[in-house]
Amino acid sequence: MLKYAGKRILMIIPTLILIIAIIFVILSFIPSSPGRIILGMNAKEEQVIALNEQLGWYDSLPVKFIKYLKGIFLEGDFGDSYKHSVPVFDLLLPKFGVTALLALLACAVSALVGIPSGILSAVKKHSVADGVTTVLAMLLGSVPSFFLGVLMILIFSLRLGWLPSNGIKDWTGYIMPVLTLALPSAAYLSRMTRTTMLEALEQDYIRTARAKGCKPSRIIFRHALRNALMPVVTQLGMSFAGLLGGAMITEQVFGLPGFSESILSAIQSKDVPVIMGSTIFIAAMFMVVMLVVDLLYAVLDPRVGAKY
Amino acid sequence: MFVKRKKYVTKATGSHGGDIWRNFKANRLALIAAVVLVLIMLVAIGCDFFIDYNTQVIGMNPAERLQGPSAAHWFGTDSAGRDLFARVLYGTRYSLIFGIGCTFFSMAIGCILGATAAYYGGVYDSVLMRIMDALMCIPYMLLLLMIVTVMGRGLEPMIIALSIASVPGYTRIVRSVVLSVAQQDFIEAARASGSTDRFIVMHHILPNAIGPILVDAMMSIASTIMSAAGLSYIGMGIQPPTPEWGNMLSDAMKYMRTNPSMAIFPGLALVLTALCFNLVGDGLADAIDPRRRK
Repeated sequence: MLKYAGKRILMIIPTLILIIAIIFVILSFIPSSPGRIILGMNAKEEQVIALNEQLGWYDSLPVKFIKYLKGIFLEGDFGDSYKHSVPVFDLLLPKFGVTALLALLACAVSALVGIPSGILSAVKKHSVADGVTTVLAMLLGSVPSFFLGVLMILIFSLRLGWLPSNGIKDWTGYIMPVLTLALPSAAYLSRMTRTTMLEALEQDYIRTARAKGCKPSRIIFRHALRNALMPVVTQLGMSFAGLLGGAMITEQVFGLPGFSESILSAIQSKDVPVIMGSTIFIAAMFMVVMLVVDLLYAVLDPRVGAKY
Repeated sequence: MFVKRKKYVTKATGSHGGDIWRNFKANRLALIAAVVLVLIMLVAIGCDFFIDYNTQVIGMNPAERLQGPSAAHWFGTDSAGRDLFARVLYGTRYSLIFGIGCTFFSMAIGCILGATAAYYGGVYDSVLMRIMDALMCIPYMLLLLMIVTVMGRGLEPMIIALSIASVPGYTRIVRSVVLSVAQQDFIEAARASGSTDRFIVMHHILPNAIGPILVDAMMSIASTIMSAAGLSYIGMGIQPPTPEWGNMLSDAMKYMRTNPSMAIFPGLALVLTALCFNLVGDGLADAIDPRRRK
């Protein structure tokens, strides 16, 4: 198990370098001149060229890439923002907290809502509860998160006046963004849990457990659920990427000071270091979550850990 | 669901496609969704016949701005006095182009990459799949944003971005489906009877792999439509005054207190379209894979 964990953690580094390389190549196609962005529209052409020279903008792509990698891994330096002239890391860190908290809370809520409702509708197959969950899940799976957010603002902020529609002055500001982000994902998880749970309940060992007089609750939670949860846990990890991406839009709907603000304004001004830095932040966060999922998987399924 | 279902065909009755169609028909909810989808497509194709783009869809009319739903303007009007009903109908066109067109493009690219990776294996396979795995660590929305940053905004860049961004997922699915088909006994039988590799891929593997791949594509049309609208919503996709449901919603945000109908109608159009695609995809999955229906 420890060996597996160690191996899995070491795997992150080459993958991260590959991701950085891909982002680097994609963004190198942006037609921008950092000198022009830093010095503004009125600067003289010679000054712009001199500054570009100083920044190493005319180096070849591999040279720039290695310089960038060295900065990240040896000094934790993601470069300076062209527009704000501050280190990208300092610019992004406070915003990262908001986005990360939003995505993690949404992930937790979608698991807490989706998995139990999926179990319920599998165990009570064809009951009213199953019908209601299935219809709700289908509907929620077809509502884009921003429209769900708009509907919630209309009902809970404008009509009822219970929750703030904009910003995060206190924790109530997080309620609607988290629900907006979590509910569609919970719907998917619920449908998936139902399918895997139904499959697990049909296995021979469940019949055996029933035949030997096991309590129904023990059969469901101990025998069926443990096997049914495996693909669901993987899906939960995968859906985290979707949540991080969806957070971009949700933050815009509710005016949260998260990543989307800095990314969108960086895209407007072609501030490449900020776009690159924030993408790397998010990809790294997703990889950490996938790592946790894989380790959880090894705990849930002893066969995985035993292979190493 | 609450809709009563007829019995599924359990015995093979001639062609494979015929069986699928019979099974699909038995699921009434999916059938209704399919009919609604056909209507939506007809609207998208035919909206030019009863709506004039220049005057009704993008032409401004400040005298009638921000009206609620009425007999003259069924869905009300927006901040520039444009008829929302005409704009919502016209917006169908963009959503379907993104949903169907981009899914088709990315599926085609994913099929080529995934099938060749599974077929040739070796270094090509592992290098390609490592790159795809790395791309999948970047959230879909962020990948879209990066491509749009490079290509600029508008219809064509968006089509390209939406097509490219889902290629990694398809490549992975196609590769795994092809590999799982390739391991079955009848492939070995075909090989033993002297079929060439190319014949096996074209006549045995692809026909057997296409079902699950198509189901997956059907399911992802809805999410592509929603992502496209999301991209326009945050101002990185189709720009106003071109009517796209996402940018109409974002325009409505400013008038939410006074004119909620401005936000609700484009949103409902989006939900209806996505729901129909999801229901049809679900029905298709049930019809193709007998194991799902128990």
